[in-house]
Amino acid sequence: MKYMHLIWASLFRRKTRTVLTLVSIVAAFLLFGLLDAVRTSFNQAGQSANGAQRLQTGAKLSFIQPLPQSLGAQIAQVAGVKMVTYANWFGGAYQDPHNQVFSFAVPPNYLDAFPEVEVSGGERKAFEEKRTGALVGEQLAQRFKWKVGDRVPLQSTIFPDQQGSKNWSFDIVGIMRAKDKKTSGFWDQLFLLHWKYFDETTPYNRGQVGWYVTRVNDVNQADRVAKAIDALSVNSDHETRTQTEQAATASWMKQLADIGLIVGSIMGAVFFTLLLLSGNTMMQAVRERTSEIAVLKTIGFSNRGVMAMVLAESLLLLLLGGILGLALATTLIPIVAGASGGMLNLPVLGADSWALGIVLMALIGTLVGALPALSAMRLNIVDALAGR
Amino acid sequence: MGKFIEVRDVSKVYERGKQKVEVLHHVDLDVEQGDFLALMGPSGSGKTTLLNMIGGLDRPTAGSISVGGQRIDQLGANLLATWRAAKVGFVFQLYNLMPMLTAQRNVELPLLLTKLSSAERRKRASIALQLVGLADRAGHKPGELSGGQQQRTSIARSIVSDPMLLVCDEPTGDLDRQSAEEVLGLLRALNADHGKTIVMVTHDPKAAEYAKRTLHLEKGTLVERAVA
Amino acid sequence: MGILLNVVLLLVLAASLAVWVILPWPGAVVLVALLAAWLVLTRRGRQAGSVANVGISTLPQRLGASAVIVVGIAGVVGVLVALLAMAEGYNQTLRRTGSADTVIVMRGASASEVMSVLDQNSVTLIAQTPGIVRDAKGEPIASSEIVVAANLPLKNGGADEEGSVQLRGVGSQVWALRPQVKIISGRRFQPGLRELIVGRGAARQFAGLVPGQEIRLGNQVWTVVGTFASDDAMESELWGDANAVADTYQRGNSRASVNARLSDPSAFGAFKTTLESNPQLKVDVATTLDYFDKQSEGMTKVIRVMGITVGAIMAIGAMFGALNTMFAAVAARAREIATLRAIGFTGLPVVVAVLLETMLLALLGGAIGCLVAWLLFNGRGASTLAAGTVGQLSFALQVTPELLWTGLKWALAIGFMGGLFPAVRAARLPVTAALREL
Repeated sequence: MKYMHLIWASLFRRKTRTVLTLVSIVAAFLLFGLLDAVRTSFNQAGQSANGAQRLQTGAKLSFIQPLPQSLGAQIAQVAGVKMVTYANWFGGAYQDPHNQVFSFAVPPNYLDAFPEVEVSGGERKAFEEKRTGALVGEQLAQRFKWKVGDRVPLQSTIFPDQQGSKNWSFDIVGIMRAKDKKTSGFWDQLFLLHWKYFDETTPYNRGQVGWYVTRVNDVNQADRVAKAIDALSVNSDHETRTQTEQAATASWMKQLADIGLIVGSIMGAVFFTLLLLSGNTMMQAVRERTSEIAVLKTIGFSNRGVMAMVLAESLLLLLLGGILGLALATTLIPIVAGASGGMLNLPVLGADSWALGIVLMALIGTLVGALPALSAMRLNIVDALAGR
Repeated sequence: MGKFIEVRDVSKVYERGKQKVEVLHHVDLDVEQGDFLALMGPSGSGKTTLLNMIGGLDRPTAGSISVGGQRIDQLGANLLATWRAAKVGFVFQLYNLMPMLTAQRNVELPLLLTKLSSAERRKRASIALQLVGLADRAGHKPGELSGGQQQRTSIARSIVSDPMLLVCDEPTGDLDRQSAEEVLGLLRALNADHGKTIVMVTHDPKAAEYAKRTLHLEKGTLVERAVA
Repeated sequence: MGILLNVVLLLVLAASLAVWVILPWPGAVVLVALLAAWLVLTRRGRQAGSVANVGISTLPQRLGASAVIVVGIAGVVGVLVALLAMAEGYNQTLRRTGSADTVIVMRGASASEVMSVLDQNSVTLIAQTPGIVRDAKGEPIASSEIVVAANLPLKNGGADEEGSVQLRGVGSQVWALRPQVKIISGRRFQPGLRELIVGRGAARQFAGLVPGQEIRLGNQVWTVVGTFASDDAMESELWGDANAVADTYQRGNSRASVNARLSDPSAFGAFKTTLESNPQLKVDVATTLDYFDKQSEGMTKVIRVMGITVGAIMAIGAMFGALNTMFAAVAARAREIATLRAIGFTGLPVVVAVLLETMLLALLGGAIGCLVAWLLFNGRGASTLAAGTVGQLSFALQVTPELLWTGLKWALAIGFMGGLFPAVRAARLPVTAALREL
């Protein structure tokens, strides 16, 4: 790339102008990075290889309707089922009813369904043995400064104990870590407690289960197994609806918001104005350099060669600003996720977002440079040298 | 064996809107290899136009131009560019150096079009700068050089790919007396010691004295006056 | 320019911004009036005016560059107003649902209605509390309600896609309690039967919610008998008889809340005290206005923060674009400006003139952005899973006059920030250097 030096020098001919334009480009791609992280985290939630093997069974009536515990044994008998487990929504809150803590009451085998969660063997055993034990996600523990061995009070916004108090207390016996932050990041925010302890303590549950999680032997059989599970309860008073984990999460996310549309619209507006801004800069730059371009042509640079150099300059401008912007987004994303108190679970800016970003930089760079490059190509040497 | 430069019956007509302006009328010109020709004439006489055509920057409306045996009026734009890169060096009145590159990099510019390695390019540029006496200013940008020094850098750039022909348009037009003399002396040395054919347009009779012969153009036609 | 000057300018910028942010629109009108007076009445002002005039009259020659400022700022304002309109619409829809003279009583320490469980005794006691208005027959206008979620197929979803909609089982007094609810097609449901009326918003989101259609709740068949409209959050719900709903969902006699009408807002204090001092009940009492206000708080804040963040980043981009353009404009007109200064125009008129030009362009951009946002987004429907409920909430974006003013404010601020430094540079151009720049 022996022309790089020339292209670089041309770009920074007017330092102030180039720097100012660069800042605008950085801002645009910073925004793109942040928004695309949000969009990807929405799309990818629940989409994992392990997730494909799991089915969720809930009451067909509504997701807050419980199911009988006896159903579990029946599900285990269905052909193609590897293992069955269940969970109940506890509705936990710490100190203030508005400080929501995602908490499930689960049987000891719950984590068998989720191999993507890391818990040390010793801590897992401690959970199985201690009735009031609890496993907490890493980020949750950090947020409230909990450590293994702590006894923590947790409110339930729904279930009181026998005396009518909503205050429960648990002993933290272990920390859970999600291996793949992108698809399973919410495990870092989760609080697991013992189903038996839960059921025995509150008079409101009466041996019922919130939902079942089933692991299938063969991913390709998932739909068939789901239908077979639902067939178990057809025409009963607890009809079920079984979906793959992916489908369940996707429909949930879709109801939350059409994130793709919102992000797409915002970025459309942003990139349109960016096109205008950088386009103007490049046009100005080429207009100022007519005599220099003419000289290059007299030296022997072909018309196409000069056009290519202007395009390269424009691409360089966009790549510089864009990569800087995305890099800035990468550093800011963990800060934003932290500041939202765990509400937003943003993964690191993935390879997909970077790839999309680079494609956009190339596209915008080409569009921005097209007209100036054409004008440079068509430049008449004689006229330009004579100052016309 | 033909002449180095053969201009035969060349005319040039410009169209400005609806008007047609004939700048050159049926010009015939021969230049031997190793000649140093000065073209003089009042403004509007067409001398720059003729120069541009000899240098392959412009094409005649009628007639033919042959340089070093090559009919350049028949070459397409791309081939002309390639031809210029190899065969011609240009020196302009306003130096036309790239303000954001050092003298060294400016001189290297024509070599970017060749297949030389970066080390080779640097070497040749250094040699050229040495030749024009600016070896110690190689790292300076044009803004840090005097007018005369900039013009000498420009000359170094014009000879770095070792062309046979140098085309100069008012090379001393923007220089003070002393710098002008330095530059003209350099041109003469390039012609006498290195055999470069030079065609120079100037309006300064003192500059024309450095050439081997002078031709005059008036209203698009050549009028020859021999040098004593 | 000296470091000191730059620092001073930055401080001026920061201070002006701080003042501008808190300035209400009457304040801005006063500022504009003062500026207009200065421009017309003082000598310096008139100089500034004439310089600005020259600048503005040559704008058509610099269309491309001016477009950068206008379009850049229009983009910022458009996006900002659209996002804030989303927050506003969401907030308003929820707030409208409540009023100061109706109350909602839930079990103590319930974060929302859905999480509250009241037993039959409590419900009866609450309904008999003094303060509640009675109807012509002497019955208290109180509706004990049960709130659950129903899974129904979405209108524009895939074949299998279901969404969650909030189903409210209501008491017979609900019509007197919520007079803003009007049946717009079909009829009311009959007590005790498995009949539903659907809110207009829910009918838009979910498939098959048309009077006469049957839907399945679990393994039971319910019939849709009517559609209602109320212009608030209730429109996103399905309503049925509380007893029928409780039966289907196996809740027996427990309910989620008691909603009642008070004689007037001032009766709330006494009502609340009576209930809270009753040792048999452990309840939370709030006006529905307060309740829905609080429910909307979290989400509204999230959307507002998102809007302001996106807007701020875009504003930075637009500001640097404006800086770029104005610096170039000043450089291009260096000779004109220097000539004016040589003639005798002092620095201040030049600064004001450049600023005026920038801010007029910014104002134009802001106006375009506001117009586009209003045309495209005002009244546009959106929906989300509302916090504190278990169903899709439909709402419409609201581009209010306050939001339009916010948009214009931002536009002018960006214009000011992008124009100040170039304006000062224009005023400090060395007269001789500019004349030499041939």
